[in-house]
Amino acid sequence: MWKLLQIELFKIFKRPRTYISFAAITALVGLIQMGLYIDGKSYVEFMLRDLSMSFEIEGNILNGYLVCYIILQLLLVHVPLLITLIAADLISGEANMGTLRLLLTKPVSRTEVIFAKFGAATIYTLLLLVWMAILALFVSMALFGTDDMLNMKSGYIVQMKSYDVFWRYACAFGFAALAMLTVAALGFFLSLFAENSIGPIVATMSIILVFTILSTLDIPFFNAIKPYLFTTHMIGWKGFFDVKVSEDNEAIIGSVQNLGKVLQAAGILVLHIVGLLIASVIVFKRKDVLS
Amino acid sequence: MTPIIKVSNLTKKFKDLVAVDDLSFTVQKGDVYGFLGQNGAGKSTTIRMLLTLIEPTQGTIEIFGLDLRTHRKEILRQVGAVIEKPDVYKYLTAYENLVLFLKISGAAKASKQKLMEQLDLVGLAERAHSKVKTFSQGMKQRLGVAIALSHDPQLIILDEPTNGLDPQGIADIRNLILMLSQKMNKTVVVSSHLLSEIELIANRLLIIDKGQKLVEGAAAELFDPAQTVIEVETLNNAQAIQLLEQSEWSAMLQPASANEIILKMDKKQIPSFHQSLVQMNIPVLSLQPRHSLEDYFLKVTTGKQHVEAFTN
Repeated sequence: MWKLLQIELFKIFKRPRTYISFAAITALVGLIQMGLYIDGKSYVEFMLRDLSMSFEIEGNILNGYLVCYIILQLLLVHVPLLITLIAADLISGEANMGTLRLLLTKPVSRTEVIFAKFGAATIYTLLLLVWMAILALFVSMALFGTDDMLNMKSGYIVQMKSYDVFWRYACAFGFAALAMLTVAALGFFLSLFAENSIGPIVATMSIILVFTILSTLDIPFFNAIKPYLFTTHMIGWKGFFDVKVSEDNEAIIGSVQNLGKVLQAAGILVLHIVGLLIASVIVFKRKDVLS
Repeated sequence: MTPIIKVSNLTKKFKDLVAVDDLSFTVQKGDVYGFLGQNGAGKSTTIRMLLTLIEPTQGTIEIFGLDLRTHRKEILRQVGAVIEKPDVYKYLTAYENLVLFLKISGAAKASKQKLMEQLDLVGLAERAHSKVKTFSQGMKQRLGVAIALSHDPQLIILDEPTNGLDPQGIADIRNLILMLSQKMNKTVVVSSHLLSEIELIANRLLIIDKGQKLVEGAAAELFDPAQTVIEVETLNNAQAIQLLEQSEWSAMLQPASANEIILKMDKKQIPSFHQSLVQMNIPVLSLQPRHSLEDYFLKVTTGKQHVEAFTN
């Protein structure tokens, strides 16, 4: 199994297309950082336009923590596409190349093949997120410095102490990993039914798009199904930046306002991953390899 | 002696289509077993069932005396295969592909020298470190064969291994199969829709059509030299037929379409037949001997009524 996983990783990282995702993340994060570095002041002024009339806000507002939050808000919606490019190609791409039949004539079980391929997709996803964390968090910290982080909400603002932020990002990236693995599991599952990767990539993105729209529509009919859509829970990482406040309206260090809800969202994503993986094993074991 | 492959009452249905219909056959150790049939006859479906790519609808497959359903891994460790187009990872080199599939085969790690020898065996040593996307179809085919042999399997299954090869490549594969059988005592199952290919290498063969077995037997019996068919082309075929009908060769003339001259005779009689044509002043353009099995193959795969005529 370990050998098979090594082989799958070798195949993934030997393909030039794998590095497109890393290059895209680098370019996008770099562009956002450059924009904020050049004209971040006016961006912050625009964000704080209502508050600045009532409060005098001092310090390094546009610090590395806030920049990372802005980047994650902008990018985590688009990363699924990059994940799908690889995950939805894992079986269908091999079927298209004709290598799937050669692989399955070797003394490895189909269950092992599924687990090795999904394991490789998981490692790829985690590496992509680690790369994103390095660029969005660490490079931003180096470029913009660190200070307390302001989290602008509609109607109020949350100020988190600088020493209370880093662990929140660690948890947020961990949560994002679950969200992205759900996307990977969906793309992987759909790739079992196609003999080229275009179909499963488009299908995965379409599902995410439709579910995301349904998740954000505030119509009572759709509200009933929202809890069952994985896209509703994919933005759960933001929960780590909602803090409890004391009676003096001070942010409580180390607190998360609705930890139960965040954990529930994480649990639902894990259930999706496990469910899709089990379904993949069942389908793949019964599949006649004709291509 | 336990057969290497024992297939019993194998059937595969795709919805309403019966691709393989109650097929049974056995392959003995050391055989080069020719698996013949026209395109769509069910050869590839059968081979895919032998390699567990397709689940049979009915029937059993035993390889090395073990049930394929329950001993899949154990069996596949001793099997090497090329299935139709042997597509490999195009973004990897030939050497990387060989190493990768050797690892998956569960074989012991081979030295670089040994792997290069295997590539040399199929004439790819010089291109070992070229990406496969730069290879011709023939080169990919040869790499597929090298991968099939890389873990030193006891049974080699080759589905149309000469597809896309030039004449030299075809001859190389043919010699390789003979070498594997004769010098290394491997058992080889080789499918083809070309009788002429199988004729040169197989010691036993099976002909199937529409998923059903038409004939199975030793090639020596099926390729009986007493059943050689001669096709003659002359400057004036109509006149030549008239002369032959009045000669000692008349009994050997076979029904043929107008102006076609076909005779069936023992291969040994061909020189004296040729001499007679010269003596009769028949200007011969070509004299093409072909085995009656070829006629048989063409007939049985287009109409089963001829089967009994041949087998009787």
